[in-house]
Amino acid sequence: MGGSTMNGMLSLTTPSFFLPEMMVDFNSSVIGGDEWTRPRRTAPHRSRQLSNKFKIFLRKLFPQLQFVRHSNSKSSLYIMQSSKSVPSLKLNKPRRLEDATKPPDSDLKSRQEVDVSESCPQKPSEPNLTLQKKKKKPRDAEYQSSVQVQEPVRRVIKPENQLDLTEDELEEKITRILTGDDPNKPKNVCKFSFKDRCFKPDPPGQVDNMAVHFSLEGSSMHVDSDECKKYVDRVGRPREQEEPDLKITTDGQSIATTISASPTTSTSMENTKNQFNFSERASQTFNYPLKSSGVNTEPPPMTEYQDGVSQWIIYDSYKSDFLVNQSMDKQEGGPRISLEVNLSSVFEAKHESNDPKANTIHSKSMEHSLKILERLVNQNAEDEIYHDYKYFEDKADEFRKGEGTLLPLWRFATNKTGRKQVTSLCWNPLYNDMFVVGYGSYDFMRQGTGMVCCFTLKNTSHPEYVINTESGVMCVDFHPHHPSLLAVGFYDGMVSAYDISRGKGKLIYSSSLRSGKHSDPVWQVHWHDNGCLSKEYNFYSISTDGKVANWTMVKNHIKMEPIMHLKLSNHRTIMEDSDEPAFTGLAGGCCFDFNKKLEDLYLVGTEEGSIHECSKAYRGQYIKTYDSHHMRVHRIRWNPFHRDIFISCSEDWTVKIWDHKSSKCILHFDLGNAVGDVCWSPFSSTVFAAVTTDGKVHLFDLSQNVREPLCAQKVVKRARLTTASFNMKDFILIVGDDRGVVHSLKLSPNLRKLCDTDETKKEGEEEEKVDGDTFQHSKMMRLLALLGADKNR
Amino acid sequence: MTYPDAVESSTIAEMEETIARISSHKGVEGVMIMDRRGAIIQSTLDEEQTSTHAMILSELTTKVSSIVGMLNQDDELTFLRIRSKQREIMISPDNDFLLVVLQNPKSIE
Repeated sequence: MGGSTMNGMLSLTTPSFFLPEMMVDFNSSVIGGDEWTRPRRTAPHRSRQLSNKFKIFLRKLFPQLQFVRHSNSKSSLYIMQSSKSVPSLKLNKPRRLEDATKPPDSDLKSRQEVDVSESCPQKPSEPNLTLQKKKKKPRDAEYQSSVQVQEPVRRVIKPENQLDLTEDELEEKITRILTGDDPNKPKNVCKFSFKDRCFKPDPPGQVDNMAVHFSLEGSSMHVDSDECKKYVDRVGRPREQEEPDLKITTDGQSIATTISASPTTSTSMENTKNQFNFSERASQTFNYPLKSSGVNTEPPPMTEYQDGVSQWIIYDSYKSDFLVNQSMDKQEGGPRISLEVNLSSVFEAKHESNDPKANTIHSKSMEHSLKILERLVNQNAEDEIYHDYKYFEDKADEFRKGEGTLLPLWRFATNKTGRKQVTSLCWNPLYNDMFVVGYGSYDFMRQGTGMVCCFTLKNTSHPEYVINTESGVMCVDFHPHHPSLLAVGFYDGMVSAYDISRGKGKLIYSSSLRSGKHSDPVWQVHWHDNGCLSKEYNFYSISTDGKVANWTMVKNHIKMEPIMHLKLSNHRTIMEDSDEPAFTGLAGGCCFDFNKKLEDLYLVGTEEGSIHECSKAYRGQYIKTYDSHHMRVHRIRWNPFHRDIFISCSEDWTVKIWDHKSSKCILHFDLGNAVGDVCWSPFSSTVFAAVTTDGKVHLFDLSQNVREPLCAQKVVKRARLTTASFNMKDFILIVGDDRGVVHSLKLSPNLRKLCDTDETKKEGEEEEKVDGDTFQHSKMMRLLALLGADKNR
Repeated sequence: MTYPDAVESSTIAEMEETIARISSHKGVEGVMIMDRRGAIIQSTLDEEQTSTHAMILSELTTKVSSIVGMLNQDDELTFLRIRSKQREIMISPDNDFLLVVLQNPKSIE
């Protein structure tokens, strides 16, 4: 077939009335093969005319071809078929539709274009339908005529104008090529340009009439492209380490797979959190201030285990352990026995450890604590008395001149003393609150054991120390420089020295029959105060056996040295009882006192009532004898301020004050009862106290009243006062009675005047610098001068 | 075994007597001896009171003694008195024990 493409514009219209519908683009509609597509935009009536003309034109061109026109409302298709193919249809060979439509002329190599339009599918169906309709009739006829023929007979009814094609022509293959140009688009549209007065292609330049036959969106993209970058940003980068070799070896496809896989892998690997409604929030919580709280808990039970270890204990334990091991080896049933052994040993150890624990209650520190506590308990209990002791001043004294009172403070007594009498009192020279009391009995028929109790004002309910003695204690004395040394004289004539420094009385020396002793009660002991001249402590004692002895404490025993044998003074006995035979014995010494200023001088009071002045230098001879009392002299004391003045008291109810130089009694007082003790006050040279058997304490201040006592107060009922002693520091007087009680009394302000009120004003200014001792001495001197003037008168 | 701190039996009796004396003293409500940790060794109070007192007072004493030590390292607590409206508590501490006495001074009046 000689289908040639007709290029060029066939213009059917004059340029004066150019209509685009009238234009037929021959360039685009290629006449090739048996197909002809009529341009769409042609008007129907005109196109029919055109098609008729065209048919004629085509027949002229291809005389062998038959034209089959398929038309619908919109388009019409002319199928050119070669008439040669018609005879081939007579063959019983089925023909493919394509083959039938194919142009038999295989020589025609020109490009053929098939417009893929909606008319195309109609092309094969139309002839088929006609074929089937035509088949039915002959099949029935044949079926009737020849029953043997199974296969339906095919009769091909050819249209009249069908070309008859040869076998070869039918077999010929006609290649059609799909081009990318849209045939419908006019490629070379020309428009008349009035400006240039000629036709010009419109639009100018190349016209894009590309037809899109097939388009498919791909799912792969290039790695370097922007789209891929956006995708990665949105979804997340694919794990590069996961498939590195894949990426390297293969290209696009593998990348596409990685990208498609990346959302799942990345989510699974990186986003383990909930992807749907996960939200990340952070908030700061309130910081509570720190608090500390404590709770008291009950202390857990504890046990203390304590044991001493010595070599033999170690040895024993080793041995027992060895035995246990041996028994274990011998018999398997041994563990019980060994356990018992162990238990018993442990128990023994515990039992031993109990002893020291029990000891803690009785340790010395416990003793100390107990002592302190007892004092405290006392002070709490006797708070008022302690206040009185320290601060109370009797204000009534301001309105009564020349009178005073004694305020009773404590009673010192223990139930241990029984019916013993207080025979002696002595304040400790160092500790002002401490004093010792000697308990014994003056009654010959009631002698028993004796006691020395050490009291302190800090513990008024109970003595600090108690020393029990075999015999009744008659006298006690503290060493003036060694306050722990205590000398004691007993009723049986013995003397002892105690050391009370260790918290309790410890007997260090005691006289014995071998060392020598008094044969009668020792009425007074006195430490020899020679300062620190001699290393050996020694003290003097006086007894009613008529001896004054000096006791020296050598290394391990006490040595007695009689320094005076009190001979009876003959002058009185001769004078009064000349008829009676003279006493050959010795005078019974009752008391003595050593002069502090004149060391050798001492006074001795005797049972007979006389006072002898003796000297240590002259043994066996009195220096002077005072014709003093008629009855037993109970006490003689030198004045602590004036060396010549001494006082004595006696059973004959009197107290007398003497001047040893004049050997005459300066003053004498009748107290109406036997005077048990007399005592100078340590603060004033003119104040002294005397206690009587009717339980009265008489307190004198000679500077205020030389005749009468400032105070005569009954301290005890139905008891005899036996001893008295002033405290060295406080204005306290202690008196002992025969019922074993010691009373402490506080002096009221009137009783403790150091000097006359008038004199203080005068002399206080003048003798401001004069110390207390000389002042007191001068006071006594004035008193003596006054008394001397009185006597002279 | 011998103990250097041991005292003679006579003084042991004396101390027992002292304790009895203190406890029988007017106004004294009780005497307690305990170790430093509050374990009772001896007491005249009833059990309940004893345990409460022992617990609190031992702790107090430990605190006070530590305070004394803090204020002055060379110092040592020797005695503790607590005076209240009702009574007075006296504590005598030692290395091994505490001696406590409760006293009501007003009961005497």
